Amino acid sequence: MSEKEELTPELKARLKEEYQKPWRQELRRAVPAKERTKIPRQKMPERPPEVRNRDFCEVNLGLEKEVAQLEARRCLDCANPACVQGCPVSIDIPSFVKLIEAGEFILAARKIKETNSLPAICGRVCPQETQCEAVCNLKKVAGVPVAIGNLERFVADYERRNGEIFVPSLPPATGKKVAVIGAGPAGLTVAGELAKKGHQVTIFEALHVAGGVLVYGIPEFRLPKSILQAEVDYLKRLGVEIKLNFVVGKTATLDDLRAEGYEAFFIGTGAGLPNFMKIPGENLIGVYSANEYLTRVNLMRAYDFPRYDTPVIIGRQVAVIGGGNVAMDSVRTAKRLGAKRAMIIYRRSRHEMPAREEEVKHAEEEGIEFHFLTVPIRYIGDEYGRVRAMECQRMELGEPDSSGRRRPIPVPGSEFITEVDLAVVAIGQSPNPLIPQTTAGLKVGKWGNVEVDWSTMATNVEGVYAGGDIVRGGATVILAMGDGRRAAASIDDFLRNKKQS
Amino acid sequence: MAKIIQRQKLVPNIHLIEVEAPEVARKARPGQFVILMPDERGERIPLTLADWDAEKGTATSVFMVVGTSTEKLSRLKAGDELPVYVGPLGRPAEIGYFGTVLCAGGCFGIGAIFPLARAYKQAGNRVLTLLDARARYLLYWEDKLRKVSDEVHLALRDDQILPQEYIPYRLKELMARGEKIDRVHVVGCTYLMSSCSEATRPLGIKTIVSLNPIMLDGTGMCGACRVSVGGGTKFACVDGPDFDGHLVDWNELYARRKAYLEEETRSLCEWEKTLFPGENKL
Repeated sequence: MSEKEELTPELKARLKEEYQKPWRQELRRAVPAKERTKIPRQKMPERPPEVRNRDFCEVNLGLEKEVAQLEARRCLDCANPACVQGCPVSIDIPSFVKLIEAGEFILAARKIKETNSLPAICGRVCPQETQCEAVCNLKKVAGVPVAIGNLERFVADYERRNGEIFVPSLPPATGKKVAVIGAGPAGLTVAGELAKKGHQVTIFEALHVAGGVLVYGIPEFRLPKSILQAEVDYLKRLGVEIKLNFVVGKTATLDDLRAEGYEAFFIGTGAGLPNFMKIPGENLIGVYSANEYLTRVNLMRAYDFPRYDTPVIIGRQVAVIGGGNVAMDSVRTAKRLGAKRAMIIYRRSRHEMPAREEEVKHAEEEGIEFHFLTVPIRYIGDEYGRVRAMECQRMELGEPDSSGRRRPIPVPGSEFITEVDLAVVAIGQSPNPLIPQTTAGLKVGKWGNVEVDWSTMATNVEGVYAGGDIVRGGATVILAMGDGRRAAASIDDFLRNKKQS
Repeated sequence: MAKIIQRQKLVPNIHLIEVEAPEVARKARPGQFVILMPDERGERIPLTLADWDAEKGTATSVFMVVGTSTEKLSRLKAGDELPVYVGPLGRPAEIGYFGTVLCAGGCFGIGAIFPLARAYKQAGNRVLTLLDARARYLLYWEDKLRKVSDEVHLALRDDQILPQEYIPYRLKELMARGEKIDRVHVVGCTYLMSSCSEATRPLGIKTIVSLNPIMLDGTGMCGACRVSVGGGTKFACVDGPDFDGHLVDWNELYARRKAYLEEETRSLCEWEKTLFPGENKL
């Protein structure tokens, strides 16, 4: 499932063509490479930790125009841009960065949108440090890569704030109906791509707001709802219909939709089944799945209780189990809701944590405690069935396991008890079984994930495609969007060939 | 948005709500539920389907007013719209021929047991229905249930609170007169369901309960509704809501149902203040 794909010959040719354009040559000549490497990486302005850990406003403030241009000047505009290869959706990174340097911000935004319809979101939540920025040639030369993610965010925000969101002219309608199931990152991507090809797209969403994990999972302080809303509005302007409060598999099955005239389907229902550790006391009041905790706060706005009716338990001593981005989101949320101690309990060491470096850094600054090589073994409740403490055990690292990370091994006799009044389990999720259970013949793997041909994202059922966490089990927004793009291209092919037959 | 066709008070504190929802009505099966929100700030609350009409395209639930969201719901009227109405959710009840089936309902469960009694009857079972209400004036739908039952028995406590006026006792009475009961299905408050399960446990009669834990999404995504059944954890929204009453960890369910008692009280107080803005300035 490696995403470092070789670039296609067409893409290579297009990159070369852009590279050789006169304005690019001029820009390269204007500032010598040596001088570019001397410019320090421009810092993302952030709100102070002791202020931001009390509210839900965004942590990062975004780059100013001049700062963005200076950052863009650091880019060496390489003849063979490794960054494009590092991007799961192969954005033409040098072109958009150089457009920023030239001050053409709107054109830069459109350049990104040729391959990524949700740049304001990706600029915020993509793990650039392990993708485009990890392979940036400047990193090899000067040690610090171009801040590609921050620049992506800058142009997307610039375009939105200046009210110049570009809606491409649409080709004549093909009259083909496509059903996209799930309005998360994968589904939104598929819908946007297919609408641009002239197909009639309907998204079916189980919840009452579109966005999937972007709305129920990722908190406001990392991804403001207004940004997601702008992206959803953009899709509507492309003619995409969004049917909320519609559970495919329950309200209607995929086969029912086929009978209604939908010719192609994309399953992007995500990993909506939280994992628990199956340890004693896990059903005590005050032990949440991360999904429940974040959904209460983000989607149902429990942070604004009692103005909103949905409550959430306000923990004073909060333990979040896990070391991924969802764990970071949960623990930082707990801190913002007033926790005195907000702790990450992670069974491996800092080095193995899957969370983004930036999230870990932000969490540390905000006063989050990290307890590594520690695992809970039971929760202890009071006479009302509420969690009051947690028994943990220390771990040490052994040989690497199948994931390549060193396996944690319990240290005998190292058990200890710590007081907690809220525990959030953020140890991953399994694919939601609703669609596989109700779609005749759909092939699933041993974890319940829908099986696809990775080159086309096609399932074994004709006309049915899938992508994102329902296929991967638990990955990132950008990988889901990459799946969405590949699936959209295959669905378009499928519909066009079908027309001829 | 789903339009309300009617909202009617059946008895004090218990209301009926009929909603225009053709897709739900088309797919609904006995034992399933919907999730709705009374307004944009409300909670997502699960309500068991008490009836539906595929032709007319409407679905009906019966609910008791317990907190802010149900209080808000009880004030809506025909023509108002619900921002969220989604379903049908949960697995349908297992309906088949079992012989004699006893359907027991109390409170909102009198409404919720109706489609089950009807379905058991249609499947050829002899249906005995037991209805629980604290007093006769809190009883509703008796006629409706008589039409789909072979016998209807009541447990009412108008005059005196006596043990024989509770469903578990009534159930034992039926057994004492030689009635062979093959299956029991109970819908109502946690107490009704757990006490019926305890009454049938020594007799070994399969007892199905429709659990109603707190839910959020209702599609298995959050795990708020987890219940311990037979030593394992189940999600009531996707694995249920029906479970074997003899396997449910009732004490855990009692506790979890009360998880937000304090918050619910506070929420209701705050909201009620907004109803009387002038009298709020102390």
